[in-house]
Amino acid sequence: MSVIVYTENWDGKFKKLSYELVSYAVKLAEMLQTQAIALSIGDVDDQELKTLGRYGIGRIIQLDRGPLSHFDSQAYARLIADTASKENANVLIMANNNAGKSLAPRVSVRLKAALASGVNQLPVSLQPFLVSKRVFSGNAFAQMELKTDTRILTLAQNSFDLAENPADPVIERSVASLEAPPSGTRVLDIQKQSGKTLLTDAEIVVSGGRGMKTPDNWAPLVELAELLGGATACSRPVSDEGWRPHEEHTGQTGKIIAPNLYFAIGISGATQHLAGISSSKYIVAINSDKDAPIFEAAQYGIVGDASKVLPALVEAVKKMKS
Amino acid sequence: MRILVCISHVPDTTTKVKFAENNTRLDQTGIQWVINPWDELSLTRALELKDDAGNGVESVSVAHVGPVSAEPTIRKALAIGADAAFRVDAEPRDAYQVAAQLKKIFETAAFDIILCGIESSDYNGSNVGSMLAEMLDLPSVSAISGLRIENGAIIVTREIDGGKEQLSVEVPFVGIVQKGIAKEPRIASMRGIMQARTKPIQLIEPAPAEPLTAISTFDPPKPRAACKFADPENPAQLIEWLQNEAKVL
Ligand SMILES: Cc1cc2nc3c(=O)[nH]c(=O)nc-3n(C[C@H](O)[C@H](O)[C@H](O)COP(=O)(O)OP(=O)(O)OC[C@H]3O[C@@H](n4cnc5c(N)ncnc54)[C@H](O)[C@@H]3O)c2cc1C
Repeated sequence: MSVIVYTENWDGKFKKLSYELVSYAVKLAEMLQTQAIALSIGDVDDQELKTLGRYGIGRIIQLDRGPLSHFDSQAYARLIADTASKENANVLIMANNNAGKSLAPRVSVRLKAALASGVNQLPVSLQPFLVSKRVFSGNAFAQMELKTDTRILTLAQNSFDLAENPADPVIERSVASLEAPPSGTRVLDIQKQSGKTLLTDAEIVVSGGRGMKTPDNWAPLVELAELLGGATACSRPVSDEGWRPHEEHTGQTGKIIAPNLYFAIGISGATQHLAGISSSKYIVAINSDKDAPIFEAAQYGIVGDASKVLPALVEAVKKMKS
Repeated sequence: MRILVCISHVPDTTTKVKFAENNTRLDQTGIQWVINPWDELSLTRALELKDDAGNGVESVSVAHVGPVSAEPTIRKALAIGADAAFRVDAEPRDAYQVAAQLKKIFETAAFDIILCGIESSDYNGSNVGSMLAEMLDLPSVSAISGLRIENGAIIVTREIDGGKEQLSVEVPFVGIVQKGIAKEPRIASMRGIMQARTKPIQLIEPAPAEPLTAISTFDPPKPRAACKFADPENPAQLIEWLQNEAKVL
């Protein structure tokens, strides 16, 4: 019996999401009266692995990359499934991000284990094993029963609080072994922008819609995001028009995020937009139309012209900072 | 090159979802069903690739798992331009059971590129495409926002954290598609609608797969507190609330 948590790394480093996953796994293991084990694949040093111990993990299985040259979902899924079987996992936890979404379904098939994706809290009940998950793009939640003995959960980012609980983890290091590494995919080119806060990682997001009027009006919005250490986002028409890059589009057909604070500036609050942001802890709306539906989703608001309110907000934040 | 696009049909996103029988199932009255938005974009991209004869795409087919009531959705895909359709006659129950049905289609006819949407906007699972790939023991690439054919080789663009990656993939493979794969969904022309009436929909007997999950109840989201308004002349007030009341700054 065990709870296994797959902790992905980014160039050998973990991030807050990794610690959220570990906090969740440790808590769930406690409920199930078993131990939590972290599984890490790739090039991660002991010092970095030990940081997982801050959140109560007692054992870490580290598989060095070996024959794997790049992330390949087929190969990684095999390694994760093999480890889960060897350790007799009752529950396997992964992130509901790009990697987790491509791995969890494959592992589910390999282990014939029921999968619930995008959970944002601990199971509602252990027997039967019931979790609550977001459905209909946030318009409802469903209680889903996972009917197999091994279950897989993918956890939504920024939905579970970190729980410090220092432990000194045992690290078991070995080289990933695959009989015949799958070679179906080959990387030709990688383009990465560095230094910017990722939209999916950001705790504060400042987002603009068509009410921003023209792409030239974005400077104060970007400044506000920078001052707050956050990321910028936009509604779909804004990215469709090419005012802002596609990666910034949030909503049903864009990114689904759950920051602590989301500023919706000149965004009407269409259901498709809300689908991507309704799990934000706080939504602040700035809109010239007092009847805009965004105010029904927001906890704080200002009725006003964005081109006037935004610069004033920037000033207010500068004052707060000084 | 043969392309298969898996399509699910979902309530139109502006539909107010309601539940029946003590919130144990979706109330289907008044629901407008549409092709899942990502599947519509996948189909559009597949047809664009076929339009350019240099790509050597012989056919674009669509696959759907569902009862006969879904046929209007399938006809719509045929009207948009798909050449043929497959329908597995089974009530979709969860991602695992649906993937097992789709696998049966692949066993009936061979395809080089199988496209699935990144998620379906009803159960938001993001699972079917990768499950199908694993069942077929095929490579897959998730979150692809670009797909092209270059001298017979398949090149995909996928989104990674903080950037983009280009990969070449051997066929057959499963591509799991997100935004960006095509700009606007293609719409059916009058001629397309006429032609769709005579295009074949091949019926496939369901595979004996059981779902691994079951939904017991649905709950509406928790209502949020009413919005608190700050004076537009005094945005500092808003910052003060965010700092001291919400404690998010
Ligand atoms: C299948 C489908 C999927 C979709 N997916 C998405 C999605 O993922 N994400 C998404 O965002 N949309 C999506 N949409 C589109 C969605 O329906 C809306 O059209 C879109 O969200 C509206 O964007 P907006 O709020 O920026 O613009 P608008 O609806 O035009 O709203 C602009 C707002 O700005 C306000 N405004 C105007 N001037 C000012 C000013 N000077 N100062 C302050 N406020 C001002 C207006 O009062 C208005 O509320 C989807 C639609 C469909 C059909």
